Amino acid sequence: MTILTLSKALNEGMRKAMEADPKVLIMGEDVGKLGGVFRVTDGLQKDFGEDRVIDTPLAESGIVGTAIGLALRGYRPVCEIQFDGFVFPAADQIISQLAKMHMRSLGAIKLPVVVRIPCGGGIGAVEHHSESPEAYFTHTAGLRVVACSNPADAYSMIQQAIQSDDPVIFFEPKRRYWEKADVDTSSTDWWTPLHEARVVRPGADATLVAYGPMVKTCLEAATAAEEDGRSLEVVDLRSLNPLDTGRLFDSVRRTGRVVIVHEAPVFGGYGAELAARITENCFYHLESPVLRVGGFSTPYPPSKLEEHYLPDLDRILDAVDRTFAY
Amino acid sequence: MTDASRGADAPPELVQLLTPEGERVEHPDYDIDLTPEEVRSLYRDLVLVRRVDLEAVALQRHGELGIWASLLGQEAAQIGSGRALTDADMAFPTYREHGVAWCRGVDPVKLLGLFRGVNHGGWDPAEHNFHLYTIVIGSQNLHAVGYAMGIQRDGTNSAAIVYFGDGASSQGDVNESFVWASVFNAPIVFFCQNNQWAISEPIEKQSRIPLYRRAAGFGFPGIRVDGNDVFACLAVTRKALEDARSGQGPTLIEAFTYRMGAHTTTDDPTRYRVASELEAWKLKDPIERVKSYLFKNELADQAFFDSIDAEAEDLGADLRKRCTEMPDPDPMEIFEHVYALPHSLIEEERKAFAAYLEGFQS
Ligand SMILES: Cc1ncc(C[n+]2csc(CCOP(=O)(O)OP(=O)(O)O)c2C)c(N)n1
Ligand SMILES: [Mg+2]
Repeated sequence: MTILTLSKALNEGMRKAMEADPKVLIMGEDVGKLGGVFRVTDGLQKDFGEDRVIDTPLAESGIVGTAIGLALRGYRPVCEIQFDGFVFPAADQIISQLAKMHMRSLGAIKLPVVVRIPCGGGIGAVEHHSESPEAYFTHTAGLRVVACSNPADAYSMIQQAIQSDDPVIFFEPKRRYWEKADVDTSSTDWWTPLHEARVVRPGADATLVAYGPMVKTCLEAATAAEEDGRSLEVVDLRSLNPLDTGRLFDSVRRTGRVVIVHEAPVFGGYGAELAARITENCFYHLESPVLRVGGFSTPYPPSKLEEHYLPDLDRILDAVDRTFAY
Repeated sequence: MTDASRGADAPPELVQLLTPEGERVEHPDYDIDLTPEEVRSLYRDLVLVRRVDLEAVALQRHGELGIWASLLGQEAAQIGSGRALTDADMAFPTYREHGVAWCRGVDPVKLLGLFRGVNHGGWDPAEHNFHLYTIVIGSQNLHAVGYAMGIQRDGTNSAAIVYFGDGASSQGDVNESFVWASVFNAPIVFFCQNNQWAISEPIEKQSRIPLYRRAAGFGFPGIRVDGNDVFACLAVTRKALEDARSGQGPTLIEAFTYRMGAHTTTDDPTRYRVASELEAWKLKDPIERVKSYLFKNELADQAFFDSIDAEAEDLGADLRKRCTEMPDPDPMEIFEHVYALPHSLIEEERKAFAAYLEGFQS
């Protein structure tokens, strides 16, 4: 066991992947000497050289577009997008190209490209640095979309994503980069399959569903609720597309009440898909409507207001109260 | 070429009118006739914007700003080009154009709002003909060209200028903006501050040729100017703006300068560049050379320099005071200005959130 921050866990995971497969490349802005603005690629260029850890020109469409070309040539590129708000210049390459080429080639082409995106708010940043764009990508067929929430998952999931023969959009909860936990880097026995959800806290009265940065917030809410005599289960989805409906529905059927939590705006957000599916599949087990807690239908606000925008314990527990009021 | 001298040697094609030592030099294509009063006023601007910048860095260190992007070293590029603009011209900045903002009459305290996290902009672009700061690299280039196409259609005697960095020159949007400007012969000046770095990436990661030469491929003139020479920046930008206004289309100006500070206050340049590079560029400081010129030619005395320094101190103190006094925004402001027209979803969320907040009061 080693104690690693989430950032370092990703770093160690990529290092392992690069050692295991010489075709794995890292590419992005400032990933070399600087080690990325969050230091996720720290030291990798020093150890693997400039041919494998590539400081690219400043152009996201270029990063993803050339990653596709490298993948066509047998490489496994891991692209770093510096911040969530800067993935959009690459939207055409991701949505129209990366996601669809496998099908267009009748399965002949495989594109093992990982696009890493630090996501979410809570770090006091200026605009475009705190967004949660996951729904754009979960809405796009052909992309696998995952979000890690803790160092151990970060370590294992990044390696699994790199091994995937399909493109993976890999969300990293930037406000959790500095949180530490024990990670067993000596074996893979403990790894959970990439697209499996996990009950991170068992409970009986209601289910909190989250992924990425909001998992920790939900765990804290569950702890707080315990003092009020409520037992909340927390499900960390880990994978958004495909969705592990089995584990999700199982939890919902046991508790009968659901609150979905994400930072992205509620309206048209990923939670809408979850709520619809839960309602379609667990209707007779539900004691109350599925509720969602998330951002407002406004642009992400200036940082002095982000604490009001982001779901916190109060807003989650308020929603929990409302599910019990039915 | 050693790492330390990379970029610091003035390439032959550089337009320079004032040497780092403060000597006036002639250039066959560009000249500038400045009264002593005008030179003193340029000097004043250079000193004052450096002071604004210094104060903002200090405010960030004291936790009053979340982050700050320093213009240190780029004062001449910004003041020279900014002072070339007429009131009717329109400027499109990045996030580092504090000197241009100054020339456009934007109160420096308004620049702090974005960095303090109280707003996303804070000024009305039309009031100063100075657009909002743009953080997404290169986006503003296309806006500026579109704006210039509007000027063209309106037939007004003005032009647009867009600021962007060496890193930005790689973006698709920036290259598309060159295509548009060229094809439509738009009245625009592309002002690229090549400060040698895009965060940790040196210019070689963006281009194998000097940036100004890219213009030729798009079909308009490109010129490299000593970005630390306020006279040259003023002269070259003035000429390019005049060309734009008189229907001769776009010009790309590459202001060859240096980012003397960190990329932003959260950056640590010791991870990727050597200190000697900074030392070499300090000898080309944009303010010192104007001071030497004023001194040598007896265009200003010690009392003048002292008075500017005192003014800078007052400006810094005033900025500090007004920054710390900036009120935190009201939580309900989250719902303001999302749309120009009433919007039912916003109203619904606004009401729900107000009721939610009220719940804490009772
Ligand atoms: C589309 C986009 N990608 C990445 C970033 C992150 N970023 C902010 S500044 C910067 C470097 C910009 O370099 P340059 O254009 O040379 O301007 P400078 O900061 O040197 O003034 C980067 C990569 C961004 N703001 N926008
Ligand atoms: Mg630069």
